[in-house]
Amino acid sequence: MSKLIVSLSPHVHSGDSVQKNMGWVIVALAPALICSFISFGVGAIITTAISVAACVFFEWAINKFMLKNPKCTVCDGSAVLTGILLAFNMPSNIQPWIVIVGALFAIGIVKMTFGGLGCNLFNPALAGRAFLLISFPVEMTTWPKPGQGFGAYLDAETGATPLSIMKEAFKSGDASVLEKLPSFQDMMFGNTGGCIGEVCAAALILGFIILLVKKVITWHIPVSIIVTVAFLSLVLDNHTGILSNANPVFTNPLTEVLSGGLLLGAIFMATDYVTSPMSKKGQLVYGVAIGFLTVIIRTFGAYPEGMSFAILIMNAFVPLINNKFKPKRFGEVPAKK
Amino acid sequence: MKTFRIGGVHPAENKLSAREPIKVAELPKVAVFPMGQHIGAPAVPVVQKGDKVKVGTLIAKPAENALSTSIFSSVSGTVQKVDTVVDASGYKRPAVYIAVEGDEWEESIDRSDKLVTLKDKPELTPESIIEKVKNAGIVGMGGACFPTHVKLMPPQFKPQWVIINAVECEPYLTADHRLMLEKADEVLVGVELLMKAAKVTKGFIGIEENKPDAIALLTEKCKAQHPNIEVVPLKTKYPQGGEKQLIDAVVRRQVPAPPALPVSVGAIIQNVGTAYAVYEAVMKNKPLFERVVTVTGKRLKHPSNFLTRMGTPMSQLIDACGGLPDGDAKVIGGGPMMGKALVNTDVPICKGSSGVLILSGEEARRKEAQPCIRCAKCVGVCPMGLEPYLLATCSDKKMWDKVEVEGITSCIECGSCQFTCPSNRPLLDLVRMGKQTVMNNIRARQMAAKK
Repeated sequence: MSKLIVSLSPHVHSGDSVQKNMGWVIVALAPALICSFISFGVGAIITTAISVAACVFFEWAINKFMLKNPKCTVCDGSAVLTGILLAFNMPSNIQPWIVIVGALFAIGIVKMTFGGLGCNLFNPALAGRAFLLISFPVEMTTWPKPGQGFGAYLDAETGATPLSIMKEAFKSGDASVLEKLPSFQDMMFGNTGGCIGEVCAAALILGFIILLVKKVITWHIPVSIIVTVAFLSLVLDNHTGILSNANPVFTNPLTEVLSGGLLLGAIFMATDYVTSPMSKKGQLVYGVAIGFLTVIIRTFGAYPEGMSFAILIMNAFVPLINNKFKPKRFGEVPAKK
Repeated sequence: MKTFRIGGVHPAENKLSAREPIKVAELPKVAVFPMGQHIGAPAVPVVQKGDKVKVGTLIAKPAENALSTSIFSSVSGTVQKVDTVVDASGYKRPAVYIAVEGDEWEESIDRSDKLVTLKDKPELTPESIIEKVKNAGIVGMGGACFPTHVKLMPPQFKPQWVIINAVECEPYLTADHRLMLEKADEVLVGVELLMKAAKVTKGFIGIEENKPDAIALLTEKCKAQHPNIEVVPLKTKYPQGGEKQLIDAVVRRQVPAPPALPVSVGAIIQNVGTAYAVYEAVMKNKPLFERVVTVTGKRLKHPSNFLTRMGTPMSQLIDACGGLPDGDAKVIGGGPMMGKALVNTDVPICKGSSGVLILSGEEARRKEAQPCIRCAKCVGVCPMGLEPYLLATCSDKKMWDKVEVEGITSCIECGSCQFTCPSNRPLLDLVRMGKQTVMNNIRARQMAAKK
């Protein structure tokens, strides 16, 4: 006689899994990687591959030899994703050993020390990037120029990014510096300097659409960040007169949104499940705060780029946001008659 | 298209038996009647070993001074013993066993098919309807089994509407769907009786859009003969059959957190099967002793809908559909989202048995749980606006005060959180444990306050 299986309800499952979610994020990142290969050549692919391999290796090794956990934690795909995102936040012409140091910090310190998947307080890839930016400021901010052929890697010629041009203009107060800015079309399709994953806005937006359609993420965090950044840069625009003494240089909201890691951060980094708030209200608060901090750092800070620090700062506030912003309970407010 | 406003999921519908007309199930050899097949105190047997009973004979009366109801024999024969049986809960419960001999009905039951409407019986009053419902042992037939006569007499609120739950949001189940198609007139008269008993003038029937034939048929009949009943098509979404979700979907009102009752916003909810049972009890003098049961499963040869006498063992129905498939299987009393997995297939059909579902192979087993990745999908689907991940973790850590503040007693145990969890975490198992503990704590506090 065959056995009857007994368990509590529900007896069916949606079929969703951690692997599927991670897999779709990786698929959504693929267009950006392809664009980056076209812009920066094989260096983009090599750097990404090194980062992924290092992240997977470190997680596997720590899990097996230090934690002695028999379960396969790299199988869930999260280490692969961290590897891709870490590489996407670096220039394509960076030395391989720097990439490996970054991967060790991201996986070893930021993820596994806190207890592995689901337990880390900070986004591992972003924390890895911040660590490298502070440790190797020159290497991390020497970006290759686009369009140097598919063979370009360590020896690529370097140039400025839109954000460094804007920073230079802010510092000098000379609006003519801004004439060096690439066109919107160039920023849309990756014909500009920058990190591997951030230069092609069109590819990132395509990725966003994939994530929304596959219901991996909701619109709340990315849209609230982008809207906040666009709105604040409009306010800071000297044509409206606000803050014009502090900042005599015109910044177009669209330039702010398309430049630097804003789209990459808003769509792929700030929406990281583990380090973002749980309720929709909390997610909106988190997104607005990230947008606000990004504009503040970009305008008044020493670094041209503010996105990664803004996200890391807000990561630290997520537990507080979760405590404060609860979903609307059923029946909490009587419905309209 | 209307639906409830917070959360919800859409599991694969798998309504395999939607086109199968209701068949009359064979009589069992021995019918078993558990005494506790409703919410409240178990009924008290009024028969003894050796007594002769007919179809429709009272075999157990309601427990005194308690929420309870009567139980009637569904077969004719001799009482074999008054003993215990393992029911759908998995526990042994007191039960009456009746050996079946022939099929002789009580003479008072009108066995004709002729439709009796309210016009034919002008003498009916709300009180006389409730009395008949009470004396027929009718309970909510969607699965909760709350005695219907109690629900029709709310203590302090005046109801405004009767809302008929015909959404059948559980996957696989088709019993209510078939009943609406095959007994539409009787169901609608039943709804009118419920409205009259509750002294309301407006009735709604909520049906999900995956049953377009039922929506079309009932809408047409309501327009022609029952102008005070409105059919409300609803977007297919689980758990729309939850009382609170259905009220929100149909009349846009949200019942406050427990202990508030649905009637506090003016709605009385009744299942479509209950409406049919009320029709039969009031118009045909027939107590509740049979019901439509869906027997289904992907690997079952002939998924079917049966008109089944209470007390029939489920194994008999499964055999009538081609028998249990090979290999390990899970037999569920009810639907896949909220039904109970049975410990053996001899469990008898009771008043609340809407279906028997057989899951086999991969489907029957849970997948291994992985760490929570805090994706917030459980928060997004919770129809009560709760945070299942938090309630589960805090229950696991025995933080009872915390889960009480976070509203764990509002949980309706619909299972949407666990259904959707990409990490296959046993969220509802933990939340149930927490909810039960908190409810006990609250009761203990109330007792202490009384002293």
